[in-house]
Amino acid sequence: MSAPMLDIRDLHLSFKGHTGLTEVLHGISLHIQPGERVALVGESGSGKSVTARIVLGLLQDLPSARITGQVLFDGRDLELMSSRARHALRGTAMSMIFQDPTSSLNPVFRIADQFHDVLRRADPSVAKAAAHDRAAAILAEVSIRDAQRVLNAYPFQLSGGMNQRVMIAMALANEPALLIADEPGTALDVTVQAQTLQLMRRLVEDHHTAVLFISHNLGVVREFADRLYVIYKGRMVEQGPTDAVFADPRHPYTRALMAAVPHLTGGGIPEIAEASPDFAAPLVDHEAEAPS
Amino acid sequence: MVAQPAIVQRRDAMTPVLRLLAKRLATSLIVLVGVSMLIFAIARIIPGDPARIALGPNATAEQIAALRAQLHLDQSVFVQYGYFVADVLRGDLGISLYTNRPVTTDIAQFLPATLELILVAGAMMIAFGLPLGIWSARYKGKWADNLIRLISLLGVSAPSFVWAVILMLLFAFYLPLFPIAGRISDDIVVTPVTGFLMIDTLVAGNLRAFADAAWHIALPAFALALSGIGQAARLTRANMVETYERPYIEMARSYGFSERRIANRYAFKPSLIPSLTIIGLDFAAMLGNAFLVEAIFAWPGLSRYGVEVILRKDLNGIVGTVLIISATFLIVNIIVDLLIAFLNPRIRHSQRAS
Repeated sequence: MSAPMLDIRDLHLSFKGHTGLTEVLHGISLHIQPGERVALVGESGSGKSVTARIVLGLLQDLPSARITGQVLFDGRDLELMSSRARHALRGTAMSMIFQDPTSSLNPVFRIADQFHDVLRRADPSVAKAAAHDRAAAILAEVSIRDAQRVLNAYPFQLSGGMNQRVMIAMALANEPALLIADEPGTALDVTVQAQTLQLMRRLVEDHHTAVLFISHNLGVVREFADRLYVIYKGRMVEQGPTDAVFADPRHPYTRALMAAVPHLTGGGIPEIAEASPDFAAPLVDHEAEAPS
Repeated sequence: MVAQPAIVQRRDAMTPVLRLLAKRLATSLIVLVGVSMLIFAIARIIPGDPARIALGPNATAEQIAALRAQLHLDQSVFVQYGYFVADVLRGDLGISLYTNRPVTTDIAQFLPATLELILVAGAMMIAFGLPLGIWSARYKGKWADNLIRLISLLGVSAPSFVWAVILMLLFAFYLPLFPIAGRISDDIVVTPVTGFLMIDTLVAGNLRAFADAAWHIALPAFALALSGIGQAARLTRANMVETYERPYIEMARSYGFSERRIANRYAFKPSLIPSLTIIGLDFAAMLGNAFLVEAIFAWPGLSRYGVEVILRKDLNGIVGTVLIISATFLIVNIIVDLLIAFLNPRIRHSQRAS
């Protein structure tokens, strides 16, 4: 087995508030191999998004955040790196896709200018014309035919699906080794979301990009991920290859989560209990049991 | 649509701005006509006979009647307005009873000094107000933010003539760093070309005179600009703090752009429009505020002339001064509107629909 692209070991996160420290992540571990697509699944508030932001280094500057544990990126401990070196990774070696494409793109700059800025992260000397050509080429990769019109447009002039493609193209423009997708396309309608996810899947396969895919949508995860982690209230509860976990969900919380997926045949959605002593059951690791 | 060449698209993007300009010019003209009627009527309602004031206490009834006839004061207000409009269309604002010169000549002499003062003050608002707002938002909650907010509040809380007195006492009297009054030192002679001393001295290539003019304008302009600086800083900060909560700022951070770049570019530009609107309004309001500041710094601008013509009930002088101030106000507002249209793609592109 090669060295993981991303290796999170026993990560704790707490926030200092008026009432003292509140722990949000209670020691989670997670690893992603180069080119592997890994999903992190859980309900809102379970700690998925903060995990992503710690990997990017966006939470570290928050004065109220206390972070312990190790985050190894390509074998290097991010916490031991200078903030400058860590900063340099963002937008080049790792990038992120957000929930709502239209509000994540800056409303007062043309797509071409935003692309130029992104490309300059990898090559500060890239000229405007060269950036324009490069952007058009990447947009073609996400099946945007009239790239010139899109590049000259402002985000509000494009549809949500179009903006989502633009965001995927931007995130992959600098050939990052790791892509973090935080609930991508949740703000879009279902068919457009499916289309863009398919595009994204094809692209990360072509570019051999490792992906940390954050979602609450099990259907989407099943389509997209090689392996998945289920997180509940800041603890990993189940992990394993996607097929294995779907075929045989063993942790009570994972089962409850899967039962909550709406079915076409109707019959209503069973409610997930707000909390259950069962959910505190220890981690189920499909890989630890089966020799890989 | 897809096959349209890029040039056609670009021209398409220009037209809405031109249409906006045409629309604003047309409405401005209507406003200007309305203002002229209003001030024309008001100037005549104020008690007192301009002919009697102009001729003095020793004038005979015949002399007064003759002057009244010459000024058309013996006819109805409507007829008088007709004469006025006919004159204005020929570029004639009448003779001032105060200076005995054409009002246009008076305005040409006094307006540049006032405009120069206001332009420099407006530049100060932009040059100090916006960066202070940006720093304040970027370092929200830190000492720099608190200091800037305190300064802005001070600037907003006192009118400009109070600052004029305070600044003059502090920096021209106790600490004689700046001249106490006037536009330029007495020993410097400038040939007037535009009437803007800072431009005329540059045109003449006289850098010493330019520095002297800038040195003279610094204090009055700063006094005039202070409340605008405070307002621009506060508004910019408030809008940027809101913008910082937007997803696109987090996205910018996730791409590793520096905090400085995020503040100056990604957070500032979407927040700039309300600040520009306020600066535009302040800019126009300065035309009025400048009167007292000019009086304090003995600045030979339109203020002294404006006050004198009102006190002497010099009808042509009053109407001319007010018209020029209104026109300047409207022009500044049009410029601000165009700037906003250029900055905000939504406004620029939505003009097509209307």
